Amino acid sequence: MSTTVTTKKSAAGGKAGDSVFSGLSLGAGVLILAVLAAVALFLFMQALPTFQAPAEDVSGGEGFFAYIWPLVIGTVIAAVIALAIATPIGVLVALYISHYAPARIAKPVAYVIDLLAAIPSVIYGAWGTTVLASSLVPLYGWLAENFGFIPIFSGPASQTGKTILTAGVVLAIMILPIITAMSREIFVQTPKLHEEAALALGATRWEMIRMTVLPFARPGIISSVMLALGRALGETMAVALVLSSGPLTASLLQSGNQTIAAEIALNFPEAYGLRLSELIAAGLVLFLITLVVNMIARAIITRYKEFSGAN
Amino acid sequence: MSTTLLRNQTSTPPTGGRRSRLTRNQRPAWLVPTIGIAAVVVGAAAAALVGFNVALWAVFSAVIFLVAAPVAVTAVEGRRKGADSLVTYLVYTAFILAVVPLVSVIWTVLANGLPGLNSNLLLTSMNGVTGATDNAAAAGETPVLGGAYHAIVGTVSITFWATLLSVPIGLLTAIYLVEYSRGGWLGRAITFFVDVMTGIPSIVAGLFAAALFGLLFGPSTRFGFVAAVALTVLMIPTVVKNTEEMLKIVPNELREAAYALGVRKWRTIVKVVIPTAISGIASGVTLAIARVIGETAPLLVTAGFATAINWNSFSGWMTTLPTFIYYQIMTPTSPTNPDPSAQRAWAAALILIIIVMLLNLVARLVAKAFAPKTAGR
Amino acid sequence: MSKRIDVEHLNVYYGDFLAVDDISMGIDARSVTAFIGPSGCGKSTFLRTLNRMHEVIPGARAEGKVLLDGEDLYGPGVDPVVVRSMIGMVFQRPNPFPTMSIRDNVLAGVKLNSQRISRSDADDLVERSLQGANLWNEVKDRLDKPGSGLSGGQQQRLCIARAIAVKPDVILMDEPCSALDPISTLAIEDLISELKEEYTVVIVTHNMQQASRVSDKTAFFNIAGTGKPGKLIEYGPTSEIFSNPHEKQTEDYVSGRFG
Repeated sequence: MSTTVTTKKSAAGGKAGDSVFSGLSLGAGVLILAVLAAVALFLFMQALPTFQAPAEDVSGGEGFFAYIWPLVIGTVIAAVIALAIATPIGVLVALYISHYAPARIAKPVAYVIDLLAAIPSVIYGAWGTTVLASSLVPLYGWLAENFGFIPIFSGPASQTGKTILTAGVVLAIMILPIITAMSREIFVQTPKLHEEAALALGATRWEMIRMTVLPFARPGIISSVMLALGRALGETMAVALVLSSGPLTASLLQSGNQTIAAEIALNFPEAYGLRLSELIAAGLVLFLITLVVNMIARAIITRYKEFSGAN
Repeated sequence: MSTTLLRNQTSTPPTGGRRSRLTRNQRPAWLVPTIGIAAVVVGAAAAALVGFNVALWAVFSAVIFLVAAPVAVTAVEGRRKGADSLVTYLVYTAFILAVVPLVSVIWTVLANGLPGLNSNLLLTSMNGVTGATDNAAAAGETPVLGGAYHAIVGTVSITFWATLLSVPIGLLTAIYLVEYSRGGWLGRAITFFVDVMTGIPSIVAGLFAAALFGLLFGPSTRFGFVAAVALTVLMIPTVVKNTEEMLKIVPNELREAAYALGVRKWRTIVKVVIPTAISGIASGVTLAIARVIGETAPLLVTAGFATAINWNSFSGWMTTLPTFIYYQIMTPTSPTNPDPSAQRAWAAALILIIIVMLLNLVARLVAKAFAPKTAGR
Repeated sequence: MSKRIDVEHLNVYYGDFLAVDDISMGIDARSVTAFIGPSGCGKSTFLRTLNRMHEVIPGARAEGKVLLDGEDLYGPGVDPVVVRSMIGMVFQRPNPFPTMSIRDNVLAGVKLNSQRISRSDADDLVERSLQGANLWNEVKDRLDKPGSGLSGGQQQRLCIARAIAVKPDVILMDEPCSALDPISTLAIEDLISELKEEYTVVIVTHNMQQASRVSDKTAFFNIAGTGKPGKLIEYGPTSEIFSNPHEKQTEDYVSGRFG
């Protein structure tokens, strides 16, 4: 066999394939960055007329800022309600799966929680508007009656239950799986040695969790909550279907308020001209808000990964 | 210490003689179940005072139990055990709270959807179905006419195009991240922004596609492919993340074995790495499809709304199952008799849930059944 | 078929870290050369530079010359892929492709490069390679079964068959027996003695008895301490290294007084 290093028959073939393939995969990666940039760019370009238009032409007649800020507040209110409900329950359910449930049950439970995430948002919205809203009416009436002196519970309570509080509850159900799944993943990564050290000192299960699991998982819980916040801010259908929207109000028990995402979904199909541009501008605002929230969440995760050495 | 002794004396009558140091201060086995039963009974009574219903009964019982049981445990076993039991009961309560809506949603969809699930729904569109048709149906003169066939067609076409666009891009990006970039700055940037992309609100993805095609073809351009582009934006990050995970767990030894045989890198990737990871990749893609198939918001702003069957994703408005459900609920075909519309909506929701659950199941089965047999070590 | 290797002033770096320092040696054709030395002394790294497999590790690079019958593997325009098809490698842990049958594993080097090969040629190649690896009799009835179903020792011989099916000039073995039981180890050692009839074999081993049993020449590598580069201490006929080493370090190591 008289072959030389520079000319061995077989393997020489396909050398071009290497550069084509690596070029293709690099191109795909760059394309993703380009798409993200394009999202921002196209939204901005289409939104531009709104920023240039005279204030009285924008919906509400007082310029874009006056139009958007009640929506931003409404979005934040809905998201905060959702977080306030979903964070404790989500973390506790994650604890249930990782440290309380017997191994035989933990797996199916985790699966059921994943199913919760798989149900399409429109179905949650439909359920929220037909089942949940009406069943919450008595509770709202009671709250307004007994706690009406607190502004957020001031009456008269909505008779349909289609309020921002209901929307927040539906959002909470939708973001619960995010918090649970991520927290659970981090809870089970707690070093067994630490847990056993705590138990060997005579700690009860809760003391062990408080001493080892929670400090270890704190950054993970925070970032999971941030990701859930991002989702809650941008979720459309639950709010569009559930909320009977209106101007900004402090009471959570009355109809009123609106979120950016729902405003777009409800008005876009019939919009044209400047209204179209307005809604895209609203979308741009939503995009920027969620972008910031998500980047903070990711930054926490990244920093935390460097510390824990887990990859 | 003295308080412990005192409590010990009061809680265990001295009839049984001295108890072992190891078992003293233990609550009797009947304590917590008894409190549970008592909580249910008292809860029923309290609920009856206000106006009895099952939800109220459950809430009252739970609250009473959550207060009484830890207090009782604290009294018998001390503060630390009391706190431990409180958290334990809270954890279980949270779990029940999380499952209740799931059960309620599934029950609602089944109860409302099953009556409407018939051949009419599956095989006819809404073409020609008007308020008058529904009024007749509501009056009992005809069965509920009209169906979701056009929406199923739309869902299938749009999801097909979205998959066709996002799988190659997502797969190649994951390959770049795992096989080529190896921690370079570009790779880190792509990883970061793919993570950020996961959090893009779906409505924003829809607006992006609408804005993009609006610039190309004029404002309010709406057809199936625009929606597919929107869904692609949502699908890519899922495909990338899943594929990346799967490629990472392919042992490096297999790559080295191929390189040592004088196999080129791209052939190693195509013929060794990807076949080894294919089941995981396939199940990841299936999960990504399951995620976007239920998307509603981006379709509202990109695909328009149609009542007739349209197989062509490149021209004309399209309806998908989620938008069908949405419009049937929000704008019933007959405003005076919304029941036929609601029936169609719930039946369509049932179909959608079945599709999503099937996709999830398939993903799990694929991942399990075709997992590569690892070397016997 | 078999070719000799000459290494001239080879340095290997991981990033800025010098891992292997200035190695020059000649490896004879049709012989077994063993590399021994303590963990981390750079012998595996050095072995990888002989077919440019070190380039797979991010940040690793080599300077110097490796001549295969006079041709520099690191010369300009040399394709590492071609180098690897001429210098095969067997790894520490058996790594048959899990998605392929035994037969396809043997043909992997050919098939993965999409070369056309007729069915009868392929059958011939499979039989010859498996016979060359002393595995034919054990697997001839189940060539279509997955390679991962074999025992560890059989898998390792399958990997050797896979390496020789590419018809290399040199076979590098990186601790090929370290994951195997004693009986499988013996089978591999017998095979190594047969392989040297046709191939140049270079083997890295932790096991000094193994080195003395199978090799004609032995190279001892050592490291002065953590963070220091690995160096070639002594290189000579195996009998001499083990019975009458020139260097004190070598003597300490082979007599078990190392450290």
